[in-house]
Formats: sequence, C-alpha cells, structure tokens
Amino acid sequence: MIRARVMISGDPVSMSLGADEIKLAIEAELAFYGLEDEVQVGFVGQLGRLDVLPAVVVYPEGTLYGPLRLEDVPHLVEEHLYKGRIAESLLAPPNVLSGVIARLPAREGLLRGQERVVLRRAGIIEPTDIEEYIAYDGYFALGKALSEMSPAEVLQTIKDSKLQGRGGAGFPTGLKWSFVAGQQADKKYIVCNADESEPGTFKDRLILEGDPHAVLEGMALAGYAVGADEGWIYVRGEYALAKERLLTAIQQAEAMGLLGDNIMDSGFSFHIHLHSGAGAYVCGEETALLESLEGKRGIPRVRPPYPTVVGFRGQPTVINNVETLANVAPIILRSAAWFKSLGTERSPGTKVYTMLGDVNITGLIEVPMGITLREVIAAYGGGMRDDVPFKCAQTGGSAGSIIAPELLDVPMDYATMREHGASLGSGALLICNVNKCIVDIAYVVMRFFETESCGKCTPCRIGTLRMSELLNRLRHGQASLEDVSMLEEMAQAVAKTSFCGLGQGAPVSILTALRSFREEFEAHAQGSCPTGVCPMKTEPPEVIVRRGYL
Amino acid sequence: MNEESIKQIAEVVARYGANQESLVEILSDLNAQLGYLTQETIVEVARRLNLPQSHVFSVATFYSMLNVGPTGKHVIKMCEDAPCHLRGGQEVWQALQDALGIKFGETTPDGQWTLQATSCLGLCAVGPVVVVDDEVIGHVTAERIPEILARYRDEPSGGAA
Repeated sequence: MIRARVMISGDPVSMSLGADEIKLAIEAELAFYGLEDEVQVGFVGQLGRLDVLPAVVVYPEGTLYGPLRLEDVPHLVEEHLYKGRIAESLLAPPNVLSGVIARLPAREGLLRGQERVVLRRAGIIEPTDIEEYIAYDGYFALGKALSEMSPAEVLQTIKDSKLQGRGGAGFPTGLKWSFVAGQQADKKYIVCNADESEPGTFKDRLILEGDPHAVLEGMALAGYAVGADEGWIYVRGEYALAKERLLTAIQQAEAMGLLGDNIMDSGFSFHIHLHSGAGAYVCGEETALLESLEGKRGIPRVRPPYPTVVGFRGQPTVINNVETLANVAPIILRSAAWFKSLGTERSPGTKVYTMLGDVNITGLIEVPMGITLREVIAAYGGGMRDDVPFKCAQTGGSAGSIIAPELLDVPMDYATMREHGASLGSGALLICNVNKCIVDIAYVVMRFFETESCGKCTPCRIGTLRMSELLNRLRHGQASLEDVSMLEEMAQAVAKTSFCGLGQGAPVSILTALRSFREEFEAHAQGSCPTGVCPMKTEPPEVIVRRGYL
Repeated sequence: MNEESIKQIAEVVARYGANQESLVEILSDLNAQLGYLTQETIVEVARRLNLPQSHVFSVATFYSMLNVGPTGKHVIKMCEDAPCHLRGGQEVWQALQDALGIKFGETTPDGQWTLQATSCLGLCAVGPVVVVDDEVIGHVTAERIPEILARYRDEPSGGAA
C-alpha cells in the first residue's frame, strides 16, 4: 500500500541540475529501509518555485524540499519517510509563492475566490500518467459534454463564462468559437497555439509540461462545440520536453478511448496531431502559425479573411492559446457562473503569470484577474529585491507595455489595462528597480524585434532596424533631442502601418516608456545616463544585424 | 551524396510523410541528425517532397533552429533578451565572444565552437542561460565562462547535433 509519494521536479532546469540522479538516490535509500512498496517516487511538472530547484515534494503533507543536493537524500529519506518527521534543515525557504501551495494572504477574504483553475494539477500529478489526470477530474468535462450537453450548450457555456483568450489579445473565446460553429464546411480544425515565444513568458510551457491532458481535453471540447474532428498543436521547436509530454498524453488518451474515434461511444471523434516549429517568434501570430503548419515560411497572411473563416488548409479554424484551452474543461465541469465568480466582472477567471526581475522570488503564479501589480510584487514576489524601489514593469514580454509606478494600483485585467493605455499581454511580469535604465531596456526589446521581424512588410522590417539603431546611438550618447522626437514618430508609424501584430506590437514598449520616462530619453540625448547603465561616450556603436537580410 | 545519407533522408521523410506540411519537421529532424543542412540534403528533400528547391531552401533559411552552413563541434546558444539582459546577460555575451575570439553567428577556425544567438528559451527564471549542445546551464556569470568552456573542451567526443 502506498502511504506517501515523493515527487521530484522534472523540468529542464532541474534535469540539468541532476534531478535524475536524485530520483535514483531516493529509490536506493527507500530500498535500504525496505520502503519501496510504501512510497511512490516520480517526476512532476512545474512546482512554481524556480528558486529552489531541484525540488522534492512529499505528499500527503505537501512538504517542499529544495534546492536539494545528492548528498541531502539519505537525510531526507531517513527523517521524513522512515522516521516520519519533517527534515527541517532541507525545507525550501518559506514564502507564499508556489505552484502547489500558493495562497494569497494579502487578500484573504478581500477578493472573491483564489481558486487555482489552470494550474490546479500542475505539481501534484505525474504528467506522464493519464490515470492521475483522471483521478483529478480529468476527462470528466468531456464525458459530461458528450453525454449530457449538445454542442450548442457547450458553446453557450463558454460564451456565458466570458472567457477571454489568454494569448495576449483577450478576445472572447466563445465568440471566436461561434464564428467557426456558424460556418458550413466539410472540415473544421482546432489549433492550439503553443508557440510561446515572448521573452520572459513560459507559462504555456509549464502548463504543457505539468498538465498536458488539460489542453487536450480543452481541444476536444472545442472540437465538439464547433463541429471539428481534428486538432493540431503547434508547439515551439525549443520546447522539447513539452513535446514529449504531449506525445505521451495523446497516445495514452487514444489508448483509453478518450481521444480518437467514437469517444466514449458518443459518436464524436477527435484526433489530435502535434506539429513542431523550428524557431521563429512570428509563428505565434496566428496566420503565420498556419503558414508554418502548412510547411512554409512563417509569414503572416492578410486578414480578413480571418482563420475562423479561412484557416488551416483553407478551412474554418479555431486558434486558441494553451492557457485558454486549459480553462475550458473546468468551466464545462463546474459552470459559467462559477468561473465568473473568479476575477473581475469584465475579465473573469484567473491569469497565469511568470514573474521575473528585481523581486525576491521569481516564478510562476496563478492569480485572479483584477489583482494589482503592487499586490503581486508584495505577496508573491516577496517584495523588491534588496528593497531597491520599483521603477517599472514590462507586462507581456517584448510586445507588452512599460508600466510606470502610477499604474501599480490599477487592477490587472484586459479591459482596465486597455483603458490605461497598457496591455496585459502574454503573461510575463518583468519587474525593474530604479537602477535599471529605460533606454537600455527599450534598446534590448527593439533588438529582439529587429531580429524576429519576418521581413514581409517594410515598416516592420526597416522600422525595427532603424529604431534599434537609434536607441543604440542614444545609449552611446550619440543622439540628439531631435532623434528622440524622431524615435517617437517612427514608433507611431510602425505601430500604425505594420502588416501584422508583431510589427504593430514592436513599438509599444517605446511608446509607453516615452509616456512615463521621456526625461530619461532626453537626458541620454544630452549626454548622460541617469542610472549609469549605458556605455555613454564610447566609440560609435557597431551595427549588428542578426538576421541575414535587410 | 552517398547512399548512407540518401537512406537517412528517406527514413526521415517516411517518418513524417512525403508532403509539404511535414517540411519543417523533416528539416528539423535532419538538422538535428546532421548538424546542418547541406545543399545536397535540401535538393534531395525537395525531390522527395516534389517541391521546388527554392521553397525548401527558403524554409531552411527562415527558421532559426535550422542551419544551412556547418557548425562547430560544440554549439553554444544564448538569448540576450530583456529578462536575461537585466541580470547581467550582456557581460556573459561579451565574455563568450572574448573567450572564443569570435562573434555570435560565427564558428572558431578550428571548428570547435559555434556561437548562436537565439530568442528567449523560456528559462528566464534562472537567467542568464547558456545552452551548450542542448544542455541548459542557468545562473551563468561572466566569471563562470572559462570553467563552462573547459568542461566541454576536454570531452573527447560529442557533436554539433
């Protein structure tokens, strides 16, 4: 009989730090005490504590140990599993941030619901074992939909839930589905956009690595709702482990008849295929993704027609982000009303963020929509590192906004952020303290776009290059006040005239930074970097074009 | 092109299917096996998929994980985007270039090392991150570069794949 479970963090970072050896050592120690039949050992996906890897969680207590060294293993096994007491010296430093244990004491009782929706299983189940997913209500929603609900009812439930796309734009998911459901076509597709490439964003990777079936179930439900029998997951080429976990999950679900032909004898069939990218940020743009899926260069298509009308292989296609799809099954299982009890009225539900930068604790969090940045930093980030004051945050990766201190108390949801001229974006929160230089950040961000521009349209291809050159000159004290005005003009032009979301999003950081930190740009033009970060007054910058064409 | 290579390509094409939609995955797989895509490989893939050679070449040059030129024995990839930049990524970037005497995008004359710039790998929580031959190394500092390089330098075998 199993009385305890030892779960070892199995993410790529932990693996590179010897998680494999730790697992073997734990098994050897258990055998030494004759406990191998009582204690189950396995890998687990994301624990949400990136500061303590490699980590080990012991259930049922949920005790978190880490960062663990190989030589710590004998003590851990002897104390906790043999003698049954906590190995105090090996405990992970306590804080409120954790994938499993995350609570938000700062708002306990103040905010409706702090339930975890998307990450409720990540860090608890073994992601390569479908039975564990099923034990945690897995495929119950699909079963409920197929046996008790019509496709129209599933669609209506998602509409009623007001679920918004979690890829960055926040488009209503139910509305998108209804566009496809309303199309007459022989063939429709569900595509999962797992081409997560915004710098600083890795929530989708952690969902796929920690709970891959949640996404598969969401896709099958989407297929049932809109009348599609085939789904494709476009996963980033760099995400090798996520790919592996998805492949295993698809095979297991098919073997159990939870995917494939005639699912649960309902007459509904749904097949999921995996397609791997090969490194291109632009493929996160939905039409570029479709091009790549069809074996071409990932260059965006003209919209309209939108993919909901003419999508993959020219057929109506729903394209949803990983996190969006992971929200679907819980809504169907529990109800739209339950989902709306979380978050804010205009943006219900939770949001998964990756928090990085100058805070004490970095990692993955799931919080209700509408929480403020100040609360996130205080409650989850453990405050600013070394108590150096907050300067700005970048939300949503490179295409996201620079959030100045004025917006620290604005509720973070799609609509409210938009009203303040900012965007919530993909889910990265890059926190910067006052020692960081805004021009330096803007330059690095623009250099990213300059590299990743696909080259299709001139504003983006040339504009990102020129803006990056100009920012680099500014960093070196080789630009004038007129150049700052020109930068703003260029940024506006690129935002307005670029062909796709990549180009339109590229200047967002500059425009939002100029709004709050214009003096800092101007100081550089007058020859000084207030934070002392920039290499002012050094030789003229070398122009490095990282892409192979202009 | 020798028979061995032709057989290798045939196997990969068979695995993914001889159609255009499989092109990106076929090229990725071959790139991983061979280190880079030679002109002969591109021509052979085009022939088997019944696609213009120009199309296959244009795809091979579009994606950053595909190489159309030889790489060194060890490939070092690094992302220097904002999250890692703010944690000292620039110093690591510079230290790598200084230590190897090449710039990013180049290969050392002895064919041992290639430096490749990559976009965010989603490992920012332990940034700056350097990936050597698919092995992830986190919390890298400029001071650690000589020690990291030495680890691979002594290895008698290994490969760009």
